[in-house]
Amino acid sequence: MNTDLDMYRENILDHYREPHNVGSLTDAAVHHKELNPSCGDTVEIFIKFDGDRVSEVSFIGQGCAISQAAASLLTDHIKGMSTAELTALTQQDIFDLLGFPVGMTRLRCALLGLKTVQVGLQKI
Amino acid sequence: MSKLSLTTAKIHQDFPMYSSEHRGHFVYLDSASSSQTPRPVLDAVNAYYETYRANVHRGMYQASETATKEYEAVRRMVADFIFAKEDEIIFTRGTTESLNIVANGFVERLEAGDEIVLTVMEHHANLVPWQQVAKKTGCILRFIPLRTDYTIDIDAARRLIGPKTKILAVTLASNVLGTIVPAAELAKLAHAHSAVVVVDAAQAIGHIPVDVRKLDCDFLAFSGHKMYGPTGTGVLYGKKSMLQTLDPLLFGGDMIREVSFENATWNDVPWKFEAGTPNIGGVIGLGAAVRYVQKIGVQGIAAHEAQLTAYALQKLTEIPSVTIIGPNVTKERIGVVSFDVAGMHPHDLATILDADGVCVRGGHHCAMPLLRSLGHMNGTTRLSLSIINDEKDIEALAAGILKAKKIFRI
Repeated sequence: MNTDLDMYRENILDHYREPHNVGSLTDAAVHHKELNPSCGDTVEIFIKFDGDRVSEVSFIGQGCAISQAAASLLTDHIKGMSTAELTALTQQDIFDLLGFPVGMTRLRCALLGLKTVQVGLQKI
Repeated sequence: MSKLSLTTAKIHQDFPMYSSEHRGHFVYLDSASSSQTPRPVLDAVNAYYETYRANVHRGMYQASETATKEYEAVRRMVADFIFAKEDEIIFTRGTTESLNIVANGFVERLEAGDEIVLTVMEHHANLVPWQQVAKKTGCILRFIPLRTDYTIDIDAARRLIGPKTKILAVTLASNVLGTIVPAAELAKLAHAHSAVVVVDAAQAIGHIPVDVRKLDCDFLAFSGHKMYGPTGTGVLYGKKSMLQTLDPLLFGGDMIREVSFENATWNDVPWKFEAGTPNIGGVIGLGAAVRYVQKIGVQGIAAHEAQLTAYALQKLTEIPSVTIIGPNVTKERIGVVSFDVAGMHPHDLATILDADGVCVRGGHHCAMPLLRSLGHMNGTTRLSLSIINDEKDIEALAAGILKAKKIFRI
């Protein structure tokens, strides 16, 4: 089954080349790093809250265009969200942010940022 | 390029994958991960399931006798293939299980301070089992480094292998770099200190000649599925004297001689290592794969793949921002070539190549410590060759890389 190259559209490559919300935050309530063992993609996420809502979010990452663009898009998306809303995020939300569904071979890349947020959230 | 040793158009007729809907745009450059399967292997497996399906070593009837005869005949074929004796061949699920049998068998015989010597380019299958042995026994792992040209640093090996060395476990050919390891030379160094020599031939088998007498190894492991055989088949070769004293990893039916409620004694070598009903159909398919490789001839296969490797190295080197990760020579290497495209992750490249039907592997290739130590945190993209490949496949890969670079504006 050959892939559709739609995933390498310009806005994805823009997010890959110049990701949004890059950096670390001191005193972040959520600080967590995940690794995708098959390819070495990493995402380290930092989230601060104002009450129950996300006030600041940043990430440091390394890896393929899909993992890094998805993390960049996700950090834009979750600003202002409540912890309940963060927990409720699904695979489909990531597909919606990317603008296309991701097949099995690249699913872990696409979901790495989301996994990092949700596993990090469970630690607080 | 000069005419290839093998005629791929003829070889493709043996592989059903080339007569299916893939034909014309199926560029399979991932045989190091798992090879395609030729018709004679499929026919042998089907013949078992369709005409003499029964268990081995058990039934008092014709089908079981045929199954046993065919299954045991493969032991002879495999033995001849690697220049071993019939009772030195154990059938396993694959290289991983073979290496686990050996590693497990030495847990009781090693003690704190003993040393196990590996190379830095071992596949996880020949690293993780030894890590577990080291944890259980307190023995120490030592790693033979590479020189800057990605070949084994034999001087370092001479320093590392010494009186404390109890086991030397090395790959015969790297699944990442393509480097051929001078295993016979290393074995000599290890045997001088009475160490046991284990060789992982998973990437070498079916691509270059493998001769256990010339290697003088005590154990050798390989898989069927990387040499045109079915998945879930593998071989562990062991010198008879080694197998007789090695404890089995799995216990149960068929591996026993006599069982009481409290105790059991083991069957003869090699059957004491084959507990439970084996992968009978798979082993019979493995036999057909051995016959298939022998029919084409390992020397001819090696020459074909060496020619194509030279062509691949040339074509890749011509592309700006591509770096070869491995020996950029055709001597002492197999047709496994890792490379890096600056500014592009291997997974992105593999995805873009797939859009044109070019199958490569991107990532760590089950050798994470090697890639990290070489500074390739994202892994590499890897092409690997077999008898089904020709120059058109290399050209399709090169064209795909150029396309990917255009998409990424590199």
